[in-house]
Amino acid sequence: MRRACLFACIALTLALPLLPVPEFWITQLNYIGMYSLVVIGLVLLTGVVGLTSFGQTAFVGIGAYAAAVLAVKAGWSPWLTLPMGLALNAGTALLLGWITLRMSGHFLPLATLAWGMALYYLFGNIEELGKYDGVIGIPPLSIIGVQLDTGRSYYLLVWPIVIACALLVLHLLDSRPGRALRSLRHGSIMAEAMGVHSQRYKLLAFFIAAMLASLAGWLFAHYQRAVNPSPFGPNMGIQYLFMAVIGGVGHVWGAIAGSAVAKLLESQLQVWLPRLLGANGNYETVVFGVMLILVLRWGRDGLWSFVDRWLPPPRRARDWDTAAPLETRLRPTRGSELLDVRAICKQYGGLVAVNNVSLQVRAGEIVGLIGPNGAGKTTAFNVITGVVPLTAGSVSLAGETISGLPSREIARRGLSRTFQHVRMVPEMTVLENVALGCHRRGVRGTLAAMLRLDRTEERRLLREAQRQLTRVGLEDQLDQRAGNLPLGKQRLMEIARSLASDPLLLLLDEPAAGLRHFEKGALAEVLRQLSGEGMSILLVEHDMDVVMGVCDRVVVMEFGTHLMEGSPAEVQASPAVRAAYLGT
Amino acid sequence: MDLSIAGILLLNGTTNAAVYAMLAMALVLVFTVTRVIFLPQGEYVAYGALTLALLQLGKVPGTVWLMLAMAIAAVAQDAARHLAQGRLGALARDALLTIGTAAAIAALTWWGASRQWPLWANGLLTLAIITPLGPLTYRLAYAGLADASVLVLLIVSVGVHLAMLGMALVFFGGEGFRNPSFWDERFSLGQLTLQGQSAIILGTSALLIVLLAFFFGRTLLGKALRATAVNRLGARLMGISTTTAGSLSFALAAFIGALSGLLIGSTTTVFYDSGFLIGIKGFIAAIFGALASYPAAALGALFVGLVESFGAFWQSAFKEVIVFVMILPVLFWRSFRSDPTDEEEE
Repeated sequence: MRRACLFACIALTLALPLLPVPEFWITQLNYIGMYSLVVIGLVLLTGVVGLTSFGQTAFVGIGAYAAAVLAVKAGWSPWLTLPMGLALNAGTALLLGWITLRMSGHFLPLATLAWGMALYYLFGNIEELGKYDGVIGIPPLSIIGVQLDTGRSYYLLVWPIVIACALLVLHLLDSRPGRALRSLRHGSIMAEAMGVHSQRYKLLAFFIAAMLASLAGWLFAHYQRAVNPSPFGPNMGIQYLFMAVIGGVGHVWGAIAGSAVAKLLESQLQVWLPRLLGANGNYETVVFGVMLILVLRWGRDGLWSFVDRWLPPPRRARDWDTAAPLETRLRPTRGSELLDVRAICKQYGGLVAVNNVSLQVRAGEIVGLIGPNGAGKTTAFNVITGVVPLTAGSVSLAGETISGLPSREIARRGLSRTFQHVRMVPEMTVLENVALGCHRRGVRGTLAAMLRLDRTEERRLLREAQRQLTRVGLEDQLDQRAGNLPLGKQRLMEIARSLASDPLLLLLDEPAAGLRHFEKGALAEVLRQLSGEGMSILLVEHDMDVVMGVCDRVVVMEFGTHLMEGSPAEVQASPAVRAAYLGT
Repeated sequence: MDLSIAGILLLNGTTNAAVYAMLAMALVLVFTVTRVIFLPQGEYVAYGALTLALLQLGKVPGTVWLMLAMAIAAVAQDAARHLAQGRLGALARDALLTIGTAAAIAALTWWGASRQWPLWANGLLTLAIITPLGPLTYRLAYAGLADASVLVLLIVSVGVHLAMLGMALVFFGGEGFRNPSFWDERFSLGQLTLQGQSAIILGTSALLIVLLAFFFGRTLLGKALRATAVNRLGARLMGISTTTAGSLSFALAAFIGALSGLLIGSTTTVFYDSGFLIGIKGFIAAIFGALASYPAAALGALFVGLVESFGAFWQSAFKEVIVFVMILPVLFWRSFRSDPTDEEEE
């Protein structure tokens, strides 16, 4: 049904110039198409990854000027100026991204804004670029001898490109790299713990957005047959963002809806507002600004969400039953030493949160780490998993030192964790969330995903995700939005996600916290079952029923130090432990 | 370049830097207290300069009606909430205070516009008109979204910027204005001449920095703002209203913007859209301090001012390019100074 709607829309769009549509509308639609390309990039960057840029217009500008100058002054073929523009923009985007993406998300929009302004003034002041008059006399494009010098013929170039780019981005989002991209909006700690190189994926999103903008610039140049700096000024950069937000910043098709609404509204307002106010000027920005504020306040998902609500929900066809299982790691023999934490310390200024704690986990063992509130359990956990750097000591996994590595590398070596406060991508389905855990077990990249060359591997990943969900008893919830699950099931989903990474050791951070009685029962059941299958687990937990019921050995911490360790019975009998919990 | 030219450039650069420093202070203040990247900061500069220009011409500027309309809208927006909670007293107080103040200022302007008040009086009136726009903007655009992400608040800022820019065109038209100077005196320092207006700019900026330092360091209200900046939830638990803190920081931002507008209005021609460019330079200065440190932002402003003035001398066509490209090495340097931070949005 969804697919049928899509095909009908695409067919209608492509057939439009053959119908008796007035030339005015064809021109409008051509601009909408070119804007859409830029806005699709912004949707990827803003709606999916949670970054934004005010400087997309600079990439459009470089693309357009590369096309104009090389064609007019150097006589290059348009088919050579396109890759040239893309290459120039690739360099710029990677440089800007590399510099700013190391810091908080809000530096990228500021940097791109300044960069866009710099470029605008640069275009306007360079003699060779015609200063503010720009470059005129750009030759029309021609494909196999057919000149695209009319609005209708150009339409048949622009819109197939727009649709193709939208589909490429949609394909990307529904893939292994796509899930990594979608996980970044909620911070990168969870993504990194799943082995995702978050910086690189942020850069990827920015890069793709820049490439789409560059392509749009090339199309602009050959459509208008002239370029000058004004369409690439900072105001246009901001308007692209307006289009993305109005259309629905989380939806690829929303990019087209937003561009259309903005363009049509602009042309109407430019007629009506000056009549109303009795003077000429870009008064429509008032309406745009107020609309933007209202949309963010009352309908943050934009216009497309209304269309989306009306369409039947997407269904994932289960085509992975026959996929080959993923390769698994070699497991250490039961009882051999797996995790060796030696005298780790973590200091925050003058506060010693973890002081000289050592503990070992052997293969096949479930070790509990307990202690009163503030004993430093979670900090120890974060040090072991590389989320926070340790001050002293060392950690090794199966004989290999892992302390000092970033958490994604530690995850790759077979240590997988869950979080005290569930960290997930609430708008992805349960299956997709768990498939994120398999990130490091796949290799197919962005281009393969865009071109759907990754489907064999994708089926293997999804099969694994389903297998792990079955293991924890969530096989009936695969297609639910993860955010809609109750807390107990979200916790189980996190465990399934960790299991999907094929870990040597599972680190569970207070999995029973906040669970209801029957949910705790289900959790304990899953843990016992995992232990029966030989999984090694380090469990931080407050709930003594769970700890005493499933652990082989218990380590007790107090005030950041190692208090004692022993069997559950020994720990329960220890006067020192009672004193720690109840006070003396 | 000889020493006297260098001196002139130095003086010019420092004077501009003083304005950027004021704006950078406002940006840091607003960002730390409310997490809003206040893109429209520069718009208040243009509003200030052009409101004064229209008052000087004996007209009632449109900003007055904007202030009145925003006051009514803000009260109406919160009226539903007050009514639902049955707090008629709060509603009446809000209406009286917000709309009453706005109406009083509007009445004063309307009455005084045709009376050819002296420049300083019109200047004060301008501050009285523009300053309330800050908290009103906060109430209308941001307060309902106080818990949204930095990204959403930033996009709201884009909306506010677009709206303010368009309205500036409606109010002031496309023509630029240049205001008379507040002080026509000239001082000779060897070969250098210091204009009276420049002296006022430098003095005002220095005074403002001292006052802000005093305000944040010594007064209860200032400390409350700082507390909100450090931890919003904690501040709320201590009885500090984040909405009040937000309104206050926006009031300061609008005041500083309008004041900057008054000061530069006589040194350059201000157009309805001039503010954005000036505001962005304030941002570049603020980025020196990662939008968090006042002293670093002030130093950044000095740097931006000097680069701009010397850049204009060597490569006048490219002075803006030089200033805006400057942000890249600064960001590069900052990215190595700060640990990679991660915005966790729960």
